[in-house]
Amino acid sequence: MQEFLHMGGYAFYVWSSYALALVILLATLISPILRRRQLLRRLADKISLSGNQS
Amino acid sequence: MWTFFHKLGSPRYFYTYAGRLLPWLAVLTLILFGVGLYWGLVVAPADYQQGESYRIIFIHVPAAWMSMFVYMVMAGAGAIALIWKMKLAEVVAISCAPIGASFTALALVTGMLWGKPMWGAYWVWDARLTSELILLFLYLGVISLYSAIEDTRTASRAAAILALVGVVNIPIIHYSVVWWNTLHQGATITKLDQPSMDTRMLIPLLIMAVAFKAYFGMVLLMRARCEVLERERNSNWVREVVQLS
Repeated sequence: MQEFLHMGGYAFYVWSSYALALVILLATLISPILRRRQLLRRLADKISLSGNQS
Repeated sequence: MWTFFHKLGSPRYFYTYAGRLLPWLAVLTLILFGVGLYWGLVVAPADYQQGESYRIIFIHVPAAWMSMFVYMVMAGAGAIALIWKMKLAEVVAISCAPIGASFTALALVTGMLWGKPMWGAYWVWDARLTSELILLFLYLGVISLYSAIEDTRTASRAAAILALVGVVNIPIIHYSVVWWNTLHQGATITKLDQPSMDTRMLIPLLIMAVAFKAYFGMVLLMRARCEVLERERNSNWVREVVQLS
């Protein structure tokens, strides 16, 4: 395990690459989830607003 | 068959079918990443020249491939949107841009982290690196042009034209290692004769490449569904979707 984490002395380069990949891919995945949530809330507000007027 | 495509082109059907496909894509992405990462990090042997540092390849190369693949999808969808004025193609094109920018940024940073121990420098202004950086700027250009124009359809058209102009950069990236004398190594897999790579490394690399594709498909559908909801916000079916949620 120690040896695996050490990556033959390249631990910093290898693990930063994988960590950055995780961060970037997760951020790209989460952004549409958040956007969807906001959008649905906004549209729901709009509908209830127009429903009250008519 | 044609009616299926025709229906799929309609935002409402796209929204429904994409929603049904998403969980499957998520599972597929997770499995592929799990297998690819285990194989690449644990099973694959160390490189005889680069030692363990070469394991960056399992992120770097798929990300770099995707940076170009996503660009072609974006430009292709942009062309369809321009020629046939198809709304869904506009949605797909603009949804590709941030994902492609992410892949490009990832390819660039992992390349830097690989370049430092192997070449002795994080960055060199060589043809491959510079053309990939231009690709990132093209993505950012498409995103900012789109968001700068108020009217959605005009914005889509302008962004599609920019994306199409930028296509010239793709062959430049691909052939940069051939046309110029660069520090970056030449193609090892996408050349016509046998790939000059050990199968024990090639297989996890290809699995990771497919994992990145599945991930892209999933995120693209998620973004496109948001975009469709936003654009069709005044239609009845969106109202139904919102009330059900």
